[in-house]
Amino acid sequence: MPDEEKGSDEGLAEGQGAEKHLPPHPTPLRGSTEGVPPKPEGEVSGVVRDVAALAGGLKTTLQEFFRPVVTTMYPEDKTPRSERYRGRHYLRRYDNGLERCIGCELCAAACPVGCILVIAAENTDENRVSPGERYAKTYEINMLRCIFCGYCEDACPVQAIVLGPEYELSDTSREKFIYTKEKLLEPLPPDVEARLNAKKKDVP
Amino acid sequence: MNQIYNDPIGHWVVVVVAITLLLFVVLTATAYTVWFERVALGKIQRRPGPNRVGPFGLMQLAADGVKLAFKESIVPAGTDKVIFVVAPTIGVAAAFLSWAVIPIGLWYNVTYWIADVNIGILLVFAFSSLNVYAIVLGGYASNNKYSLLGGLRSAAQLISYEMALGLSLVPTFMIVGSLRLRDIVEYTVHWGPYTGPIPLILLTPIGFVIYLIAAVAETNRAPFDLPEAEQELVGGFLTEYTGLKFVMYYLSEYVNMITVAVLAALLFFGGWYLWIVPPVLAFLIKVVLFLFLYIWLRGTFPRLRYDMLMRLGWKVMLPLAIANVIVTGIVLVAVQG
Repeated sequence: MPDEEKGSDEGLAEGQGAEKHLPPHPTPLRGSTEGVPPKPEGEVSGVVRDVAALAGGLKTTLQEFFRPVVTTMYPEDKTPRSERYRGRHYLRRYDNGLERCIGCELCAAACPVGCILVIAAENTDENRVSPGERYAKTYEINMLRCIFCGYCEDACPVQAIVLGPEYELSDTSREKFIYTKEKLLEPLPPDVEARLNAKKKDVP
Repeated sequence: MNQIYNDPIGHWVVVVVAITLLLFVVLTATAYTVWFERVALGKIQRRPGPNRVGPFGLMQLAADGVKLAFKESIVPAGTDKVIFVVAPTIGVAAAFLSWAVIPIGLWYNVTYWIADVNIGILLVFAFSSLNVYAIVLGGYASNNKYSLLGGLRSAAQLISYEMALGLSLVPTFMIVGSLRLRDIVEYTVHWGPYTGPIPLILLTPIGFVIYLIAAVAETNRAPFDLPEAEQELVGGFLTEYTGLKFVMYYLSEYVNMITVAVLAALLFFGGWYLWIVPPVLAFLIKVVLFLFLYIWLRGTFPRLRYDMLMRLGWKVMLPLAIANVIVTGIVLVAVQG
């Protein structure tokens, strides 16, 4: 320990001694006027320029004051939505009133967050809900979990589940965010329905 | 009217009624100043400002007031409780006391302000410098380093700019020869065919510029709002204040803002005289224009650094104000003999 202390003392002394004979720094020193860009011809300096700068700022803000506001008054006015916007889900029906969903659970399998619950049941002749063998007895989506990726829509073989344009989904309790089959079977906005029908991939 | 003033009981009745009315007027004016500021700042940033509560958002301040009044009033642990509560009260009291001597305008020689004292403007300055106690004590009592730093900054700032503010008005007093605010407004010149009151800015333009800058600094408003610099000091001396105690600081800040705007109109722009415009309306127009100027400055300039603030105060404003006094004195002696 004492040796170490001595060594460090010596190092300090050497450092102080060397300060007087520093080798020149690799970066050369600049003179006070050297390298300063020359003042452009005809530019006023000092107080006049500073006050002019302040006045320029005031002028800019005053101009902005008299320009129209750009705010969208949201609940009353809404910005136009894209045709491809993905909002809340809808379950579709065929034109004859039968549900499209055949209870295959491909949407639930495709869902990355697992927010879809499908419980299927067999169609019978007395109780025919969908054209296929089976139908969705329970179809629930937990909208608090949903990330609106649209994989369910891609996975569906009969275009039963689609994402509509609504994005104002806030509500007052967690229970209200479990969208049941009744809520999902609400009719789609007509423009979205027309667009989907234009694809005409489905077999009735 | 004079009979009522001369009667001792009648005089007190008039004064009490005047105080009540004035409190009402100033509080309402403060509320709408805040609304005006928020809307004007919004327009500068191309947004509408408050427009939901009531027509044009005019009830916004009522909503804010109710909200703040129902907030929990927290007194943090380790504070000096008495000073912590008294400090905001000093601020409000100081802000409102100035209004005792401010003439709101004349209407056919009916004086309806509380006191028409012959040292009016000195009283206003005396009361407005009490505001520094509110800020320093509030910062000191909060037991919080940000509050303390904010309070100390404010003390230094107010002391630095108080001198320039006072000296900027000395030329006006020298020309008018009176400290009574009414005399200053009614200062009459005989220039050739014209005889009547003039805006005194024609005689003391430099004094006006110094007053304008120093007044912004005195009221702790942007770009001189260092005591409550959010980025460095959280809320400055306001950090620990909540609920009604916060309201008091807020209120005193805006009352002070109106006070300096009113003083600018009275001392430099002829108060209630404006061609044929009715006195009170003329006064109101001038005050609103000054308030807009303060809001405009706030919407334009970034906050000064502390060393810039001190340099401007001590090295520019104070020498300029003293030089202004000396030059005005020489000119006055030369003109009046």
